[in-house]
Amino acid sequence: MRDAPSHGFASLLPLQTCDLTFTAANGSRLIHGIDLTLDAGSLTVVMGPNGAGKSVFLRLLHGLLEPTGGTIKYAGEPLSDAIRKRQALVFQKPVLLRRSVAANIDFVLKLRARPGSTQPDPVRRDELLDQVGLLDRAAQPARQLSGGEQQRLALARALATRPDILFLDEPTASLDPASTLMIEQITSDAHAAGTKIICVTHDVAQARRLAGDVVFLSNGHLIETANADDFFSNPKSREAQAYLEGRLIV
Amino acid sequence: MQDVSSAFWIAFGLVAGLDADLLEIIALSLRVSLFALVISCLIGLPVGAVLAIARFRGRSAVLIALNALMGLPPVVVGLIVYLHLSRAGPLGWLNLLYTPTAMIIAQAILITPIIAALSRQILEDLHTEYAEQFRSLSVPAHTMMQALIWDARFSLLTVALAGFGRAIAEVGAVIIVGGNIDHLTRVMTTAIALETSKGDLPLALALGIVLLVIALTVNGLVMALRMTAGRQAYA
Repeated sequence: MRDAPSHGFASLLPLQTCDLTFTAANGSRLIHGIDLTLDAGSLTVVMGPNGAGKSVFLRLLHGLLEPTGGTIKYAGEPLSDAIRKRQALVFQKPVLLRRSVAANIDFVLKLRARPGSTQPDPVRRDELLDQVGLLDRAAQPARQLSGGEQQRLALARALATRPDILFLDEPTASLDPASTLMIEQITSDAHAAGTKIICVTHDVAQARRLAGDVVFLSNGHLIETANADDFFSNPKSREAQAYLEGRLIV
Repeated sequence: MQDVSSAFWIAFGLVAGLDADLLEIIALSLRVSLFALVISCLIGLPVGAVLAIARFRGRSAVLIALNALMGLPPVVVGLIVYLHLSRAGPLGWLNLLYTPTAMIIAQAILITPIIAALSRQILEDLHTEYAEQFRSLSVPAHTMMQALIWDARFSLLTVALAGFGRAIAEVGAVIIVGGNIDHLTRVMTTAIALETSKGDLPLALALGIVLLVIALTVNGLVMALRMTAGRQAYA
């Protein structure tokens, strides 16, 4: 199975944000001056309570939202369309085309095909579907899949782009344990194949299973960033301690 | 009343007996309206898709104008096309006046705004759903338009149906530019108007029955297609 990124291992890294700020159209500030550097190697989990700004932060990193202040740089270069093409994002609620499972993958394979190549590679498509356990569903309409299957398809579609960086926005929210396990396994495989994973979750158990390093946000502020072992065994901030202990943070 | 009921029986006889004149008129009507529909879809769907995804200064004004054009008076369109295609007009050299081509042009002008405006709404709703995913994948605009039109194809069939209905039921424009010439430009609606004015109700009724049957059949087919698509979760 090949999910290695198309442009060499983590060539977009390090990812650096400097005073990253985002203020919504209604004037409320959702992200407050985040300075952060993410390197290649470990799987990064972005954690924090609801409303911490995790999803907004992810969208800013991927370029779906424009920062209202500060900078984002990938290997020293500002975020551009060319850089975004080397990333993929899986949304919490998968957006699937009104087509068959196979056609959803074909759409992306065609989009990222070499110039002059008009047909998607069926071997690559079958590899991806096999990887996420949907090969036998290839001809089925994508929207008839269960929630977990739809998310696996969305993940396969993201991997079809051979991303250097894969952003996951709470990919297992509201999924059953079996589906969650499959998604986590696919994610871990992609990470092992060299894709940098940046995964948002508010599920502490999942973060413990996946994380190599942790970025902890609260109320739009970067509270703490640490190696996963250090973070879970000895969180430095009061907010992170409270969160890990399951206490309510207001 | 008796005249009307006997006219109905004669009409059914004409339809059941596959009357040659009747078939000729039906065939021309379908040919003209289907050609006009194809042309309108080729123009209207891309226009609708562009308006669905593009944001530019004056877009609201364009949408208002497009919606207003859906109510174009057919006789005005007929008159404008007539003025262009008549010998003294700028396109007079094409010698298209009083030909089926002129009728196709008039019908296409009438229904293109309908196709564009209705498809714009459908495609914009779908684009709202897909927009963030498309941006994430850096999908180029032309691919986006193709994807939206393809994925909304079953909903767009209803739009095409509305356009076809308007085209085949149209009388004002085609009588001006077609002239209702027997065996050349006579279509169902113009024939109904003519035969009614002459008092020949059976042929007018027979054509009316065929018009209704065509409308019901096309509607039924499109509805069946949409229901099938809905069951398959494509729509």
